[in-house]
Amino acid sequence: MAELRLKDWRELAPGGAVVPAEAPRPYTGGWRTGLKPSVAIEGCVNCLLCWLHCPDSAIRLDGTVFAGFDYDFCKGCEICAAVCPVGVIEMVAEETELSENGARQ
Amino acid sequence: MARLKTLVRNERGVPPLRGGHSLCQGCGVPLVVRTVLSSIRTPVVVVNATGCLEVATTRYPTTAWNVPWIHVAFENAAAVASGIEAAGKALQRRNALGADEEITVVTFAGDGGTYDIGLQALSGALERGHRFVFVCYDNEAYMNTGVQRSGATPFGASTTTSPAGLDSFGKAQKRKDMTAIVIGHHIPYVAQAVASHWHDLSVKVERAAAADGPAFLNVLTDCPVGWGHEPRLAGEVLDSAVETHFWPLYDVDRGKYRLSYVPERQQPIEKWLECQIRFAHLLRPEGRPLVDAIQAQIDEDWGDLLARCEPVAFGGQR
Amino acid sequence: MRTLELLTGGAAVAQAMRQIDPDVVPVYPITPQTPIIQRFASYVANGVAHTELVDVESEHSAMSAAIGASLAGARTMTATSSQGLALMAEVVYIAASMRAPVVMALGNRALSGPINIHCDHSDSMLIRDSGVVQLFAENAQEAYDLTLIAPRLAEHPEVLLPVLVCLDGFTITHSAEPVALLPDGAVSEFVGEYEVPYAMLDLRNPSTHGPFAMPDYYYELRRAQTAAQEAVLGVFPALAGEFAVLSGRDYGLVEAYRLDDAERAIVALGSTAGTVKDVVDDLRDEGEPVGLLKIVAFRPFPALEAAAALEGVARVAVLDRADSPGGCPPLHAEVAAALYGSGAALEGHVYGLGGRDLHPGEIREVFAGAAPAYIGLRGEPWPV
Repeated sequence: MAELRLKDWRELAPGGAVVPAEAPRPYTGGWRTGLKPSVAIEGCVNCLLCWLHCPDSAIRLDGTVFAGFDYDFCKGCEICAAVCPVGVIEMVAEETELSENGARQ
Repeated sequence: MARLKTLVRNERGVPPLRGGHSLCQGCGVPLVVRTVLSSIRTPVVVVNATGCLEVATTRYPTTAWNVPWIHVAFENAAAVASGIEAAGKALQRRNALGADEEITVVTFAGDGGTYDIGLQALSGALERGHRFVFVCYDNEAYMNTGVQRSGATPFGASTTTSPAGLDSFGKAQKRKDMTAIVIGHHIPYVAQAVASHWHDLSVKVERAAAADGPAFLNVLTDCPVGWGHEPRLAGEVLDSAVETHFWPLYDVDRGKYRLSYVPERQQPIEKWLECQIRFAHLLRPEGRPLVDAIQAQIDEDWGDLLARCEPVAFGGQR
Repeated sequence: MRTLELLTGGAAVAQAMRQIDPDVVPVYPITPQTPIIQRFASYVANGVAHTELVDVESEHSAMSAAIGASLAGARTMTATSSQGLALMAEVVYIAASMRAPVVMALGNRALSGPINIHCDHSDSMLIRDSGVVQLFAENAQEAYDLTLIAPRLAEHPEVLLPVLVCLDGFTITHSAEPVALLPDGAVSEFVGEYEVPYAMLDLRNPSTHGPFAMPDYYYELRRAQTAAQEAVLGVFPALAGEFAVLSGRDYGLVEAYRLDDAERAIVALGSTAGTVKDVVDDLRDEGEPVGLLKIVAFRPFPALEAAAALEGVARVAVLDRADSPGGCPPLHAEVAAALYGSGAALEGHVYGLGGRDLHPGEIREVFAGAAPAYIGLRGEPWPV
C-alpha cells in the first residue's frame, strides 16, 4: 500500500476523532510468515464458521456464501483451517496460485 | 435460536470490526466481538475500556471500527456507557433521535477493566440500572501490558507478576467470582459464556440486549500469548474449560439460575491445565497437592452452582 | 424585566443550570458544591429542569459519564470541588483532549492533606495544565453570569473544550447576595441548541473517539488542542459582548479596577478581588494611587491583556490562594511571564490557604509594601 503522508496538526479533526470511511487501513497481510489459507471449494458447505472465527474479518462472503479470503488482512493464524468442520481449508505456501475465491486448482 | 446466517445478515454487509488492526495473529477477542455485535439486531454504540482490543484497533489515524466507538480510560467504561445511555434517553425525550432508532449501548472491557480497576464504575452503573450490555472478554490477566496477574487470574497460574519459580507456584490467590459479584447487584440479566460455544453466547447476547436494564456477560476468551497455546487450538482449550467445570456456562435471568450446558462426563482438571504453558509447572510431581486443591475447589463450586439452578438434562444446548 | 433575588452563589449557579436546562448532569456530591447539585436535583424532581440527572458513584465516573454524554450529542454539565476534582483529574485531561464541551462548576476548596473543606485555589491549580478553560467569579452574580456564558464558550466550534466556572467555596457558594436573574426565555435563546462534530449517536456517520496515538501523532493532536485554548482569547470577549447587550453587565478576560493612574497594583483571583476593591476605594479616598487587576480567565491566561492593564504601574503584588512548594506560586508565575521586560517591580504573596480569611488591614499592608510572603500565617514574618 502507498506510504501514508503524516498530517500537520491543523489538518486533524477535533479530539482525534476518526471516520472509518476516510481512515487508512494497515496492510496486516504482511504478518503472514510463508503460509496462506486455501480452500477445496467444491467441499465448502457454507457453514460460515470460518467467517465467524477469523480474528481479522478476512473471510469474504457473497451474501451468506463463502467467497474467498482477504489476503490484505489475513495474518495466517490457521484458525479457519482448524474450525472448518469439513476440513476443506488448508494452509499452503504463499506463492501457491489460487483462484479468486481462494480455491486450490 | 441463533443461526450464523442471521448474524451475517445483521451486519448488513459491514463488519463491525474490520481487518487491518494489530491484535495478535490468532487473537481470541475478535470472535467474541463479532458474536456479540452481530447477534444484536439494533444499531450499536461501543464503549471500550483501555486494553488489547482498544489499543490494537484504534491506532491514530486508523480505526478498525465501523460502528460508533469511544474509549476514554481504563477504569471507566461503564461510567462512559452510563453517560451515553443517559444522553440517548435525553435526546429521545426531546425527539432529537429518529423515532424508530433504538440503539444498544455495548461495553467491552477485559478482565482488568471489569474485575479490578473497572469494578467501581461497573458496580455504580449496575446499581443505577442503566440499560446497556457489558461484555467482559475475560482472558484472565492484564494481557495488553505483558500478561500481568489480575483478580481474574486463576489460582496457580503463572503470569509475569506472579511467575512460577523456585519459591513460587504462580498466583497464590483464588480468582474473584465476578459473575457472582454482578449477580449480587440484582440486574435483569447475567450470564457466563465462552468464546468457543458461539451459539450459547449468541443466545445470551439476545437475552442481554432485550433486558430492561443492565445486562452482564462474562465471556472466557483465550489469549494464545498469555496462556501459552497455538492459536488454532483455541477451541479445544476453551472447551476444556467447560468440560472440566472450570468455567460453567449458565445465566441468571431476573434472578433465576439456569445451567446452559452440562458436560456429559466431567473431565479431570488436568485436561484444562495441560494444554496451556501458564499451568505447566503445576503438572510436575511437586504440583500434585495444588492440582488436588484446584480440583476440590472446582467440584465444590460446581455443586454450589447446581444447587442454585433448575434441574437440566445432561448435554443441554451447545 | 429584571428580577433581583437574594441567592447564595451555589443557588445562583443552580438557577443558571435550570435555565440552561442541560440534557445530562452526572454528578457526585462534595462540600461545598452540594448546594448546587441539591437545588438542581429538586428542580429536576419538580419538573422545572428536564435533565437526566445521573447520581454517579464517584467524581471520576461523573466526568467519564460527562464525556460520553457530551460526545453522544447531549449538552452536559456537572460540578465538583477539591478532592472530587483531584479524583477526576485524569478524566479532565482526557475530556479536554477529546474536545468534550462539558460545563462544570468548581466550588474552589483546598486540596488535602490535611483534609479541609474551605476555600483556596489549589484545586483549580491542580488541573492548570489539563487544557480546560477556567473562569473565576468574584461573587454570586458573576458565578451566575459566567455559568450562562460557559456553554456558548465550550460549544463554540473554534473552542470545543470543557469550561470550568470557579467560585470560592463557602465565600461565594454559601454566602447570599442580591443577584439579577435573566428571564428564562432570554437564557434559552442566548444558549441555543447543542451541536458537536461527529456526535456518536449520529448513526449514519459512525466515528471513533479516544484514539491511541504513537509518537508520530500525539504531539500534533496536543498542539491542536492548545490552539483551541488560544481561540478562547478571542471567543470569550465576543460572547461577553453579546451577553452585555442582554444583561447590561460587561465581562472581559480581566477587569482593570482603577488602574489608569495607579502606581501600585494587586493582582488577584476570585472573591478576594471584591475585598481588594473595597480597600482600593478607601486608599484612593486617602489619595493613594492604587488599583486592582482582577483575572477573570485564568486559563487561557490573558497575558497581553494583563500586561496592557498594568502598563505604567511601578509595583505589582500578586496574591496567590495556592502555593507551589519548591517553586513559584501559580498566579505569580503567570504574571511574571506576562510582565517580563516591562520593568515593573513584582512581588508575590501566598494567602488564605484552607479558608484562612484575608483582612482589609492585611491588604493595606500589601499596598504599603509591608506584607510578609505568607500573609496571615502565625509565625510570619520570621525572624521577628
